[in-house]
Amino acid sequence: MRTILFENIDEPGLNTLEVYERRGGYRALRKALSMSSDEVLSELMDSGLRGRGGAGFQMGRKVSFLPHGDMEKYLVCNADESEPGTFKDRELMQKSPHMLIEGIMIAAYAGEIGRAFIYIRGEYQLQADILEAAIAEAERAGYIGQDILGTGLNVPLVLHRGAGAYICGEETGLLDSLEGKRGNPRLKPPFPAIEGLYHGPTLINNVETLSTVPAIINMGAAEYAKIGTETSTGTKLVSISGDVKRPGNYEIELGIPSREIIYGLAGGPPSGREVKFWFPGGSSSPVLTRDDLDVPYDFDSLAKAGTMLGSGAIIVADESRRVLDTALKLAKFYAHESCGKCVPCREGTRWTHKMLERICTGEATPMDLDIMASVQEQIIGNCLCVLGDAMAMPIGSMVKKFRSELEADIEAARVRAEGAPAADVVALGVADEFAGPLPVH
Amino acid sequence: MTGGRDSVPRFEHGSRVPGWDEAVDLTKDPAVVPDPATTPVPAELRAEIEAAMAKYPDRRSAAIPALHAAQAVHGYCSPAAIDQVATVMRLTPAYLTSVATFYDMLETAPRPPHDDIFVCTNISCSLLGADELFDAMIRAAGTDETLHVRSFECLGACDIAPMASVNGEYIGPLEPADAERIVDDLRAGRPVLPEKQIRYRRSVDPGAGTSHAAGERATEFGVPAATPRADTAGLDPADAAADRPGPAAPLEYPAEENEDA
Repeated sequence: MRTILFENIDEPGLNTLEVYERRGGYRALRKALSMSSDEVLSELMDSGLRGRGGAGFQMGRKVSFLPHGDMEKYLVCNADESEPGTFKDRELMQKSPHMLIEGIMIAAYAGEIGRAFIYIRGEYQLQADILEAAIAEAERAGYIGQDILGTGLNVPLVLHRGAGAYICGEETGLLDSLEGKRGNPRLKPPFPAIEGLYHGPTLINNVETLSTVPAIINMGAAEYAKIGTETSTGTKLVSISGDVKRPGNYEIELGIPSREIIYGLAGGPPSGREVKFWFPGGSSSPVLTRDDLDVPYDFDSLAKAGTMLGSGAIIVADESRRVLDTALKLAKFYAHESCGKCVPCREGTRWTHKMLERICTGEATPMDLDIMASVQEQIIGNCLCVLGDAMAMPIGSMVKKFRSELEADIEAARVRAEGAPAADVVALGVADEFAGPLPVH
Repeated sequence: MTGGRDSVPRFEHGSRVPGWDEAVDLTKDPAVVPDPATTPVPAELRAEIEAAMAKYPDRRSAAIPALHAAQAVHGYCSPAAIDQVATVMRLTPAYLTSVATFYDMLETAPRPPHDDIFVCTNISCSLLGADELFDAMIRAAGTDETLHVRSFECLGACDIAPMASVNGEYIGPLEPADAERIVDDLRAGRPVLPEKQIRYRRSVDPGAGTSHAAGERATEFGVPAATPRADTAGLDPADAAADRPGPAAPLEYPAEENEDA
């Protein structure tokens, strides 16, 4: 298997400049600086590199959208990796921070950008400390900051720590958070490439995307484009977790069968159980079942299968799991993380969570599944960002694919609730110590 | 549906949520940017906030780092802490309160100085028993106010699920039995479960898929034996002084690189 990002990943001390340089580090930056920025941009375009954060938009095209001219332009590296199931950026930043810094500098040069930020989620304290040390080292060595490698180029790089909010992984929410506000998404257009951070044109890319850039410059776009499939070039880090024997990050060539990842690399579910359902691209992607295990793992094949590659996080659940439990966790998560700006998302996520809880307490009827499905339909496409969609799509797919199981759960919970003593049921709804006396008006 | 300290209480139909009738004093003027003369700020905190502001083109960008710094001093984002940040940043307390209430890691409820124990209870972790771990953690912490146990959304470490973040240190895979040990380590001031910290865990080796016994969980921690040591980087200064064989892997300086150097 071809490895690009993970080539030396476990080498002790790769997070230090000394070892990284010894392994050929910052060669790509020197090479890029000897080319014109248009040449670097066309390399990025030709490589066909697609964004690794979730949307899969071509990175080179994103850079080319930036307006030219003398203005303050910004690059923001999205390291707010909060999508449930995803942990590839954590590993990259912890073990090879200089690869990311080098990628940021090359991308900044290609887009003629004068200031760069890394927005890292607040929970990643170890990774942020490592990155901060790496930035200081690179600055001393003249790879970032003022007069980079004697070329007169100035690109300061600042690490910004978030404070725990899933929505800040959404690009415009991230920009607001970086500006020191609540992380509410903005109306698009204007897209960040035209008007983003501090109203300036802004390039936003994921950690993995930017970390791939040095390899593209080193090996050449044509060589890189040969890896993977025609429309999904290159290698991808997949984070596999859940019911597998060997959870972890694996670097794969795009286009290999999903079965090879789940059973070949991760060893499949433990103790001989079978896969029941799996998320192919983080918790926001519609679920697939064991019938879909032979779908090639690339952007277009997964889209054709009705789901998405997303952040490349595979979560596997085996036969012993209930769909209901996972759906409940999912809905609770998105209800908690909805920023509350758009009504369909704020109310839709809460209603979905309530309806799923009602199934658990035996208060639901099979008709609730229809209502739930229609709530999902009304969230999709009706909000500023895709957080609501990110709940609606997997929950919708679960209701569709596992309807008979959910109906059985509803019936079982109803029978259980009927048999329960009345006192227990009443106790659920009462909280006298919180309620206090009613005021008189 | 985990219970525990932070779960939201359910109320009887027709009852009122506590505090619903506590009226806001609408006759009061809104708080303005505090006067530096009447709001003393600890010198260290002021220096930290000013350093953060200097990093950005717009000083407001430093709101989150500044509130973090104030929280470290005061235990939580208390009104006094917010006033101090507002004084240094020249922002209104209302603006900073709006930021502090948005983010999960900024606390606005009164709390004594404490250790944070975040137990991830999202999908991957809960599949592997995070809810039992969370309950065990709550039991182990008991009524100790200095241990703040809360369930947290995906912390981005599903490879070591079920896991927890103890004062920012990621540990896993955990079992409910580990809860007591975590509390003991914290009270004794020791590093928490060092053999399960993610900083020592290495990536999964794709080639090793066949060498693992069936049913074994990936728990490889520490320096991999198979990787040749290329240098002494990453070791303690004391170790670096020791006599050891030279690099095992060839240095990778290509021909054109030598010309540059």
